[in-house]
Amino acid sequence: MTGAHPVAWWSWALLLATAASRTANPWLLLLIIGVSGLVVTWCRGDEPWSGAYRVFLLIGAAAIAVRMVFYVIFGGAEGATVLFRLPEVRLPDWAAGFRLGGAVTTEGALAAAYDGLRLATLLVCVGAANALASPRRLLRSMPAALYEVSVAVVVALSVAPQLVSSVTRIRRARALRGNTRRNPANLMRTVVVPVLHDALDRSLALAAAMASRGYGRAAGIPAPARRATSAFLLTGLLGLCAGAYALLGKATPAPVAWGLLAIGAAAAVFGIAFASKRVPHTRYRTDRFGPRDWAVLAAGSAAVAGTVVSGAVEAGAVWPATSPLTAPPLPAAAAAGILIAAAPAALVPARIPQGGPA
Amino acid sequence: MIRFDSVTFGYGDRPILREVTFAVPEGEFCLLVGTTGAGKSTLLRSVNGLVPHFTGGTMSGEITVAGRSVREASPADLADVVGYVAQDPLAGFVTDEVELELAYTAEQLGLPQATMRKRVTEIVDLLGLADVRGRALAGLSSGQRQRVAIGAALVAGPSALVLDEPTSALDPGAADEVLSALHRLVHDLGVTVLLAEHRLERVAQYADSALLLHGGEVTSGTPGAVLAASPVAPPVVHLGKLAGWPGPPVTIRQARRSAGPLREALANPAPTEPEPEPSDAPLLRAGAVTVDYPGVRAVDRIDLDASRGERIALMGRNGSGKSSLLWALQGTGRRSSGSVAIEGADPAESKAARRRTLAGLVPAEPADLLYAESVAAECAAADREGGAPAGTCAKILADLVEDLDEAAHPRDLSEGQRLALALAVTLTAAPPLLLLDEPTRGLDYPGKEALAARLRKLADAGHCVMVATHDVEFVAEFASRVVILSDGEVVADGPARQIVSASPMFAPQVEKVIPGRLTVGEVAAALEASDGEPG
Repeated sequence: MTGAHPVAWWSWALLLATAASRTANPWLLLLIIGVSGLVVTWCRGDEPWSGAYRVFLLIGAAAIAVRMVFYVIFGGAEGATVLFRLPEVRLPDWAAGFRLGGAVTTEGALAAAYDGLRLATLLVCVGAANALASPRRLLRSMPAALYEVSVAVVVALSVAPQLVSSVTRIRRARALRGNTRRNPANLMRTVVVPVLHDALDRSLALAAAMASRGYGRAAGIPAPARRATSAFLLTGLLGLCAGAYALLGKATPAPVAWGLLAIGAAAAVFGIAFASKRVPHTRYRTDRFGPRDWAVLAAGSAAVAGTVVSGAVEAGAVWPATSPLTAPPLPAAAAAGILIAAAPAALVPARIPQGGPA
Repeated sequence: MIRFDSVTFGYGDRPILREVTFAVPEGEFCLLVGTTGAGKSTLLRSVNGLVPHFTGGTMSGEITVAGRSVREASPADLADVVGYVAQDPLAGFVTDEVELELAYTAEQLGLPQATMRKRVTEIVDLLGLADVRGRALAGLSSGQRQRVAIGAALVAGPSALVLDEPTSALDPGAADEVLSALHRLVHDLGVTVLLAEHRLERVAQYADSALLLHGGEVTSGTPGAVLAASPVAPPVVHLGKLAGWPGPPVTIRQARRSAGPLREALANPAPTEPEPEPSDAPLLRAGAVTVDYPGVRAVDRIDLDASRGERIALMGRNGSGKSSLLWALQGTGRRSSGSVAIEGADPAESKAARRRTLAGLVPAEPADLLYAESVAAECAAADREGGAPAGTCAKILADLVEDLDEAAHPRDLSEGQRLALALAVTLTAAPPLLLLDEPTRGLDYPGKEALAARLRKLADAGHCVMVATHDVEFVAEFASRVVILSDGEVVADGPARQIVSASPMFAPQVEKVIPGRLTVGEVAAALEASDGEPG
């Protein structure tokens, strides 16, 4: 009755995003957007968050537009084909290296467009993940030790739409008083303060409701065990951070960096596993990770594998040059990988709106 | 089951509960009665320890539920013995799906999955939620939401259920759904229910016993005895007291049994109100008003004319388009098509400042209109915004309520006072058309009577007053004309007496006992006029 596991969907979308981040080829990027759109149209349910994809498409378009505007104002002047010239502003010496206005070339504009498209594709992938499985569903798959954290995140997620609705309500009421002034001090006093007041009231009501429904019951975990768990989790996180830093920096030898990373991960996993055993909460419905979910995951990996292969074999096609002006070629391996990533559209049936008992 | 033993509670030196002692036995449906601000919510919240664990304050005495002392436990620890349902179910939802919301308490208690599934299924069947089991909470009707909130409190299998005004925001139909579900719980599961409600006419018939909270002290007894002594009582109790019926009766059925002689004494035809003479031009002319939201048509081509002096009640289920219509008529809300003219001007075309001189609207949440730090500052701001001479708003306010503390923060006022302040702010612009959206929520009977009297006075002074409400008793007191909406269309429109008595759903209690009379006041006046003995 349900679609794939939320973790599978999020991994799939993030893998697609990874593939997108490894290329600037517009054909590949458009293909990724197409694939994500296809899968979302086929597999999303009818929940309120299913409309997220469209919103992210708009945000993506905005990202391209912003990137273009930035290029036109600050852009570099590589390329010979000048489209038009803006009046150039001379900057003082201490800001040398920046340029305002000046020649706008086709090559530069195209490079900026590719760049913007890449950012837009990443955003669209996140949108696809949101539309396919709400972040709340994802949080329900978190290990029990992170229960408290995930509840906090869920509550935080529900605040945003509430804020929007209370802003609308209060602005409408303000218009009823004939107050349509826009000066910031007045807005602060007549809109922001009442909205915050409202939000505070709501969170108190929610906290009271959660408390009377058993949230934060004395769990009966002995204090030493709790402290040990926290210590493991903290060490784990520190290890992960240090490891990642060492890996990215060039100063640390690779084995040390990998070692740090591994130790950190191990400590975190142990901490979580140790804590999960002792958490007194249970889950009503755990999504099971089945073969179909592995297939979704594999489809996503294919896209990354494709771009990696193409990156090694035909690097010029994956990062197409814009100068001189040519139509970028389509790297075969990467395109094939991304097409495979569309498989979930066929694998996972669309979720039928459920009316009766499940 | 629930036992209070000389419980005293207060914030600082302001006592709210004084030496409260009572016991609610197992499996009883107990009704808590009191005026607005009497401390009903405080008493209810002390049953599971939210007061004082959550609110602060000093408490002495002993509260036990199912043998467990509330003193040593936090509200979370008591989640398996007391289920608590707050006033606004939406504010207390933690998840966004019906099934997950129902399971939340069970998850917190760490029940095994199999048990949880069984419990959730039982609750779904018991509360009639099978149709919406897999749905998102946001898409539910208000009655369904309230039932989900009750179900969510029940999943842990508590022996006591505490509800704070579960039906005050619901239309009569949805309220019936919720109350009959509660009734079933008491019978099938043996749950002890303690419930506070302003709409006593809805719940009194289900109660086995009642508590009266007045001046911080509690008296307990049968519903009839308690309501007879209470400052707030449903019309049928007042009628019973007026006619000297034994009991007095709490339900319509009891009252009908003793009503024979009174009905005969009042056999002469009901007084026909002088028809409001049709003024030459109606104040409001609305033609084919339509309001569309994505996916729904909230208001569907409504034609409505209204004249000065009319008192109109807009009735209908929750979601029938009452609020949307009011907002569209005022001009601030959305209007997809159609025309509205108030004294010939279209409010939607006017600037906000001019619009409010045509039609004033008090929204469902009157606090939304208020944003100053004190009553005095609020009045001053209203004068400035309305371009009225200084002191106009304060003068209107003084006419509406007496002795209001000028320095008080608007949010610290009682519901009735806050409504009066919002009304005064709206009236400062002197709009001929006055619209109110659900003004009676949170008002007790005296509060509603006062509001009805104020609105009548405004109508007599030449305003046209239009109120969206589903409070049938308030409509009986207030309205001269009733418009019933259903799915965005007008299904009935006419004189209040005629419309209200034709519908079992919208008939007030007195009319159900003595056909033709709407309020206790009418009956009393008729008795005086005929000078007849009620027998």
